[in-house]
Amino acid sequence: MNDVQNQPILAVENLTTSFHTRDGWKPVIRDISFHIDAGETLAIVGESGSGKSVTALSTMRLLPRDKSRIEGRILLEGRDLLKISEAEMRAVRGGDIGMIFQEPMTSLNPVFTIGNQLAEALVLHRSMSWREAEAEALRLMERVRIPAAKDRLHEYPHKFSGGMRQRVMIAMALACRPKLLIADEPTTALDVTIQAEILLLIRELQKEENMAVLFITHDMGVVAEVADRTLVVFRGDMVESGETGRIFANPTQPYTKALLASIPRLGSMGDARGPRRFPEVDLTTGIASEGLEMVRTSPETKPVVSVSNLSIRFDLPHGRIHAVENVSFQLHPGETLALVGESGCGKSTTGRAIMRLQKPTKGNIFIGDKDIADISGQELRRLRRSAQMIFQDPFASLNPRIKIGDAIKEPMLSHRLMSRSEAKDRVATLLSQVGLSPDMAERFPHEFSGGQRQRISIARALALSPQVIVADEAVSALDVSVKAQVSNLLLDLQAEHDLAYLFISHDMSVVERISHRVAVMYFGEIVEIGPRAAIFDNPQHPYTQRLIAAVPIPDPSRRAIMQPADSPEIRSPVRPMDYVHPTRQYREVSPGHMVQLDDHVGAA
Amino acid sequence: MNRVVRAFAKRLFGMLIVLLIVATLVFIIVRVTPGDPAAVMLGSDATPADIAQLRERLGLDAPLIVQYGHFMLGLLKGDLGHSIFLNQSVGQALLARAEPTFFLTLFSILIASAIALPVGILSAVKRGTIFDQIVVTLTMVAASVPSFWLGLILIQVFAVQLGWFPASGYGGPATPFLDRLGHLVLPAVALGVVNSALITRFTRAAMLDVLGDDYVRTARAKGANERRVVLKHAFRNALVPIITVIGLSIAMLVAGAVVTETVFGLPGVGNLVVSAVLRRDYPVIQGTLLVVAAIYVLINFIVDMLYVVADPRVRL
Repeated sequence: MNDVQNQPILAVENLTTSFHTRDGWKPVIRDISFHIDAGETLAIVGESGSGKSVTALSTMRLLPRDKSRIEGRILLEGRDLLKISEAEMRAVRGGDIGMIFQEPMTSLNPVFTIGNQLAEALVLHRSMSWREAEAEALRLMERVRIPAAKDRLHEYPHKFSGGMRQRVMIAMALACRPKLLIADEPTTALDVTIQAEILLLIRELQKEENMAVLFITHDMGVVAEVADRTLVVFRGDMVESGETGRIFANPTQPYTKALLASIPRLGSMGDARGPRRFPEVDLTTGIASEGLEMVRTSPETKPVVSVSNLSIRFDLPHGRIHAVENVSFQLHPGETLALVGESGCGKSTTGRAIMRLQKPTKGNIFIGDKDIADISGQELRRLRRSAQMIFQDPFASLNPRIKIGDAIKEPMLSHRLMSRSEAKDRVATLLSQVGLSPDMAERFPHEFSGGQRQRISIARALALSPQVIVADEAVSALDVSVKAQVSNLLLDLQAEHDLAYLFISHDMSVVERISHRVAVMYFGEIVEIGPRAAIFDNPQHPYTQRLIAAVPIPDPSRRAIMQPADSPEIRSPVRPMDYVHPTRQYREVSPGHMVQLDDHVGAA
Repeated sequence: MNRVVRAFAKRLFGMLIVLLIVATLVFIIVRVTPGDPAAVMLGSDATPADIAQLRERLGLDAPLIVQYGHFMLGLLKGDLGHSIFLNQSVGQALLARAEPTFFLTLFSILIASAIALPVGILSAVKRGTIFDQIVVTLTMVAASVPSFWLGLILIQVFAVQLGWFPASGYGGPATPFLDRLGHLVLPAVALGVVNSALITRFTRAAMLDVLGDDYVRTARAKGANERRVVLKHAFRNALVPIITVIGLSIAMLVAGAVVTETVFGLPGVGNLVVSAVLRRDYPVIQGTLLVVAAIYVLINFIVDMLYVVADPRVRL
């Protein structure tokens, strides 16, 4: 490392970044040091609020100048980025350092074409003319494997899927052949199968360019897949750093141990037949409680939800989307049925139909013995009591101006179930049931963390003592340790109240833990359904197999998803108006385990 | 451009429907006004025979549905009727007075935008600074100032004391064109300044909204300079609300011409309405109402079209 030839691409020394608050300067990261060599990948891993994104933004000097203070040294090939002028820094941004962000849906400018945005970086840094830059932009799009790049060059971002937008972002970041690529949670918002493709793409391009990569993530599975070395951060402090293999095999710090212990892992179910609680980990000691198996108390009874031949279609000016096609399943009291699949597969639409938030085109949905299509008025209100929903985004699903106690009280009052004072007592009970303190009822949503807000949403859903809860990605947005706690809460509440869950999720490792049965959806259809163990241990449908294989395994010695795979062509969900859906045959693999026979996925 | 053409055709059709409804409403409003127009026009001394004669001349003796048919047929031919007092068709009367109203509106909105856009953008970029706070305070003050009061002050200073511009009036057809426009400077400044307040606030808010967006960060990460980040990446995205408020301001200026033109003694469309109302010149009121409504609809149509151009995601 003393050799000038071998000096690291990026060396960060004693980086401390402070934000200006009402109480003066408050450090958000303290004394962070690391280096990255050419061709190497360093992962910075930590939960939300750990300062990992601040580290990246400090390196790029992208934090608001008047509200932040950066101390220490950030050496890019020996040049201190904190000492150069703003103009020199602009040459570094997008030139020497490329950056991709978490949100592919919002990171591209909606009013300029893809080609224009790609060309901009080239015009800025490589003094090309716009015409030359557009030609180069086309080559870049082909390099990140965007199909039909030539036609898509002049399209706007809203016509691209999330995965495709992230490819565009990567192309943009790599336009000027940077020495360092900073990837800030680049795959967090993507489906697992798309995530695998994007990670592979980054890896390949890194090899070709011998780039250093700073990879920021909260996902230990992704870390294990991509990182040569890993830096663990916790509340702004460096906890531990070293070879990724060593960190996973032999973590020395309690926090690292805790982080590793709380990761949901595929295949950790052992012989358990029902769901198993997540081990809960003390973040300061790193000691994990054993995740107990939940024993189902209620015997098989009549299903509480029964969906048969449900189809939901959306008509567009130029065709029709078959969002849900001929879906049938039953859900029993005390049971969790997971609905899995990638975004756009129809799983949320199915959940919304059960809540009668979405009108079915065809088919029946029974809750208890009532067909929900037929009811209205009083009966519908009663139905709404028996089925409740929890949403994904704990920040957006609570009204910021309503005290959480009132938010939980509202359904009880609007259904005229009890008086105000009774409702107040009930709120206190509900809050303690979800692990919050009753005196928190007087607070507003912004005073709570993401995990606490999700607990509030659960309390609100429980307020009417429902029989069914539709949980749409209810734990997806939460940090690992919080995810484990909230999942455990759901399991406990299920055992206590004999609740039936329709658990809509794309997160296979959580699904494996908490469900009794799993239904895999693909392009609006259930392609495989069965007991959890059967689906995970013996997946039959090619899509199920692909879905399970794409889940990153938090074990650096078993890198699995980085094998180049034939990704099937992305199909348009829009069909002609006169399209008639083929009738499908199912085969029973084992009792209750059905797989669709007509293999339309196209994989071997 | 297929998207734009389709949106254009769709909105054009919608606009025609709206105009049809407006015309019908205008027809009804004039008919339900209390009192017999003929009696009101002729005054209290009129004999029933005079009134009947006038009713016949105005076509008011025919059944309502026939009157409506005549009215709509006339509209199709571009005939807005004939003024009772001006010895002119309503169309001619409007055309003769369109010039000051048109140029006053145009200059006012140009002045307002020329002040509001740079100040609003700068204020958003320098959020929280002294400059920003001054802008926020001044726009609040300016928005609460009536334009006629500001107009009177301007007349006092620049016309009466300094004598740089005429205090009121517009000159006749014989006055050279530029001299006529010179009469508009003070009123246009008064209206422009007052209207700039609202546009500035909207521009500032719209810019603040988009400056926090992810793609603005992306542009910075690309190495774009601040000027480019603000004017290209952010401003283009803030355009939709800004276009909206400018469109609304134009519509308000046209509708507000009644007050402005009275204060500055301008012989424009607003002036025409005021005198028509005072003299119960129903055809003129009716015709002007229709034309102003049509302009309103047209401005909204243009604003809608600009949305489509400004934001590729907009579909009408």
